[in-house]
Amino acid sequence: MMQTLLDVENLWVKFPTRQGVFDAVRGVSFTLGKERLGIVGESGSGKSMTGRAILRLIRPPGIVEADHVKLDGVDLLRKSEKDMRAVRGQRISMVMQDPKFSLNPVMTIGAQIIEAYRLHNSASKTDAHTKAVEMLEAVSIRNPERVMRAYPHEMSGGMGQRIMIAMMLIPNPEILIADEPTSALDVSVQRQVLDIMDKLVKERGMGLIFISHDLNLVADFCDRVLIMYAGRIVEVCDADKLHEAKHPYTQGLLNSLPRLDAPRDRLEVLKRDPEWSKAQSVSGRV
Amino acid sequence: MSMLQIEKLNVWFGRDRDRVDAVIDATFDVAEGQSFGLVGESGSGKSTILRAIVGLAPTWSGHIAVAGAPIGKRRPKSFYKQVQMVFQDPYASLHPRHSVDAVLGETLQLHGFTDIDARVVKLLDDVGLGQKFRFRYPHQLSGGQRQRVAIARALAPEPELLLLDEPTSALDVSVQAEILNLLADLRQEHNLTYLMVSHDLSVVGHMCDRLAVMKDGKVVETMDVAALRAMKAEHPYSQHLLQASV
Repeated sequence: MMQTLLDVENLWVKFPTRQGVFDAVRGVSFTLGKERLGIVGESGSGKSMTGRAILRLIRPPGIVEADHVKLDGVDLLRKSEKDMRAVRGQRISMVMQDPKFSLNPVMTIGAQIIEAYRLHNSASKTDAHTKAVEMLEAVSIRNPERVMRAYPHEMSGGMGQRIMIAMMLIPNPEILIADEPTSALDVSVQRQVLDIMDKLVKERGMGLIFISHDLNLVADFCDRVLIMYAGRIVEVCDADKLHEAKHPYTQGLLNSLPRLDAPRDRLEVLKRDPEWSKAQSVSGRV
Repeated sequence: MSMLQIEKLNVWFGRDRDRVDAVIDATFDVAEGQSFGLVGESGSGKSTILRAIVGLAPTWSGHIAVAGAPIGKRRPKSFYKQVQMVFQDPYASLHPRHSVDAVLGETLQLHGFTDIDARVVKLLDDVGLGQKFRFRYPHQLSGGQRQRVAIARALAPEPELLLLDEPTSALDVSVQAEILNLLADLRQEHNLTYLMVSHDLSVVGHMCDRLAVMKDGKVVETMDVAALRAMKAEHPYSQHLLQASV
């Protein structure tokens, strides 16, 4: 039996609008162990909202409701905002999609990493500097001393993303939530970033929630996959069996991909069944 | 006949010490009615070639000819009737405060059409949107619908050559399938020639007849899609790219 790090039961994210309450996430339940859990779906399916809701990063007027979101048996939803701040970054970290928008453009990379580190640890500047350089090395950045002095615009997308991962990993979190960490990257760089995350999960025994719209990538990289549609989990399967998925939505998504080995004149277009969004959420608990 | 001819194209930005050579000695040829793909990682210069063709990257040298007519520093109005471009991000390429009707109407007016009303209707039908989208604003449209509007705008002057800069990379896979099908249909109906940039080899494999692989500003290999499917890339970089995308 795998140790459960995170236990989410009946999670809802609601946004009151003029047309009534909009439910972005509707009754999602899953657990996360020391594994790579993928969440896939189209834009608007609620996958990013699920990731953010766990860290309580949904701003009012958005509402997060759940029976519980337990980290090591403690319900995160009952914590005060102050206690929550000790969880974010320290115990659960998040890597966002685009390094361009997530790094401060007017601070050097080094200053940002050091700031993040000293916020969580009472360390001297020199210690923080050494630690930062170590982390940059851990994410395979060549010449880390130079990168420490550089500004974000001097970095390529792949390097920026690796820097973000380095920043997130300094506090040694138990869980890493990666929201489309490689969508802005080229295929070749994508692989490098994934390898780094993979290594970290294995070596540190972290739990990883990997949010992506790329089915093949998730099938390749994760252990288990939740497929979301309209705020619900429609299917849960082992990643290596994703291609045998049974739900018509998952099949539709897979079929709409162009493939080099199987050329077709026309791509299949996903036909949406209104029943899918009405059906109850499938549980992703182990 | 070749629709687009590019010979020894060089594009650079900045000068002296800061000079960056974005495209170096690129040479390729796109036949009429063909769909040609440009692949490579970001920064390899593939989008820059498109921008040089339409005049968005003014510092270039070499030879560009569209339908046999060489292009100089200033492009005549007739050039833009012949060549149009669709940009990567439909969220950024439409004016947020112009309705679909205004976007298409203005384009048509600039190109000297008089039967604007009928043409707007026709364009919207062509891209599968229909009348009910005519007076909407971009924020009232989904990503796929926006890209359809951007394609309609490009089709407005009835071009022969369409330059597509990553037309689906900002879209979901399900929407990508719809847009790629639409582009394939439009090519047949309007007898268009495509020059398509993508970082996704399977998209290029699906859409194109031939392709060029770019790396660090240079075209390293030109091949047929059949060769791509058979994994018969010659240059080590193209092989690497193929392996990474399967």
